[in-house]
Amino acid sequence: MTRLLFNFLIYPGFLFTACFGLAACWIDRKVTGRIQWRVGPPWHQPLTDLVKLSIKEITVPRLASKELFFLSPMIGLSAVTLVSMLVWLVNIDPVSKGFSGDIIVIAYLLTLPATTVILGASASGNPLASLGASREIKMIMAYELPFVICLAVPIIKSGGLLRLSEIINYQAANSPFVASLSGIIAFIVMIFCMQAKLGLVPFDAGEAETEIMAGTYIEYSGMLLAIFKLTKTMLMAALPLFLITLFWQGFNFLSMWKYAILLVVIILMRNTNPRVRIDQAVRFFWGKMTLLSVMAVLLAILGK
Amino acid sequence: MNLKLKALTKSIWVYHMSTGSCNNCDIEILDMLTPRFDIERFGITLVGSVRHADAILVTGSLNLKAIPCIKRVYEQAAKPCVVIAIGVCACGQGIFKNGPNCPNPVDSILPVDVYVPGCPPKPEAMIAGIVKLIGKLKGKGRNIPVGEP
Repeated sequence: MTRLLFNFLIYPGFLFTACFGLAACWIDRKVTGRIQWRVGPPWHQPLTDLVKLSIKEITVPRLASKELFFLSPMIGLSAVTLVSMLVWLVNIDPVSKGFSGDIIVIAYLLTLPATTVILGASASGNPLASLGASREIKMIMAYELPFVICLAVPIIKSGGLLRLSEIINYQAANSPFVASLSGIIAFIVMIFCMQAKLGLVPFDAGEAETEIMAGTYIEYSGMLLAIFKLTKTMLMAALPLFLITLFWQGFNFLSMWKYAILLVVIILMRNTNPRVRIDQAVRFFWGKMTLLSVMAVLLAILGK
Repeated sequence: MNLKLKALTKSIWVYHMSTGSCNNCDIEILDMLTPRFDIERFGITLVGSVRHADAILVTGSLNLKAIPCIKRVYEQAAKPCVVIAIGVCACGQGIFKNGPNCPNPVDSILPVDVYVPGCPPKPEAMIAGIVKLIGKLKGKGRNIPVGEP
């Protein structure tokens, strides 16, 4: 029990993943700065932002539904903490073996942060926030379909294993799934879904700063906004690591270069693309990406 | 307290509010936010919602219709929040001194902390204003109402 609490709160759950995510967030902002030919923020900037937000006043709109407004950031944060704990434990802890079906649990938990953003935005009683929420709902419906189909690829290729640690062992015994045709297709589709799940630039219509003023987050301030930002930051650590676990033979502290590669892909995609409209995003995910993922599943069944 | 002050002055998120300006100051504010001046080095970013803002940049000669709006926007901001008057119109009405439509200077409505004069002020002048603001906040020290409206 104590061990579980320690795992959840400090290592490798909340505290460790938060520090890891803040570092990743700083790298993202710094590299973005260098790409735009400027210096970029100092290393402590993401942490300073969080500290500053947490000491500011929390404003609650008069029309807001108070319970949901306060609860939804907490639910999102706890969900992403649980995901990162599960993903880290099966990779770096030789004792922990996870449990059967933890892939499915993680897939559910990864939907929760976006869902709580929608709940919080709808609870805040602002027209722009509800516009952002409706865009976010469409975005979830768009990217979850190829995401779930691609999730089937490693399960099919490993012969029906539903446990992350067994999938890692299977890849270690044979070869990582990215080395195969179906694996690489599913991995690429997953990278696009990851970008949408993180809410980064080509797919950030829900919180478009320049058109709907931060959309879903418009009424949040102070500590609650800090929790939302922290959720995003931790997702930036947890989601690429989950992808590496599924397709790339897992990771340990020596193979963090895999994470670095995914982070570079995220940063480059975010800096070289304009924001797509919501209908373009839905067409992209339900059209090309779903076709590709179905193709990957068929190839996986054929054993390619 | 020191950590709080450091966090507040190292991460200033600005919100841009025009109260009927000729757009010149607004364009200069956008110039200030470009990579050439790179104020993200100091943690300054532009935010879309006033709920996230730590500093409100007010531009323009305050006309009668804008007075209830800027009052409401200032009340909606999460405190502590400072107000920076950008441009000579916002600082002291400028050439609209005797205008019938804008009889109130901005600092008669909002508690202005820093005045950046100029028509329009250069981005360098605005950055200098923000540096002076940080100095003022640090000098004030314990007087900043933290976490209180």
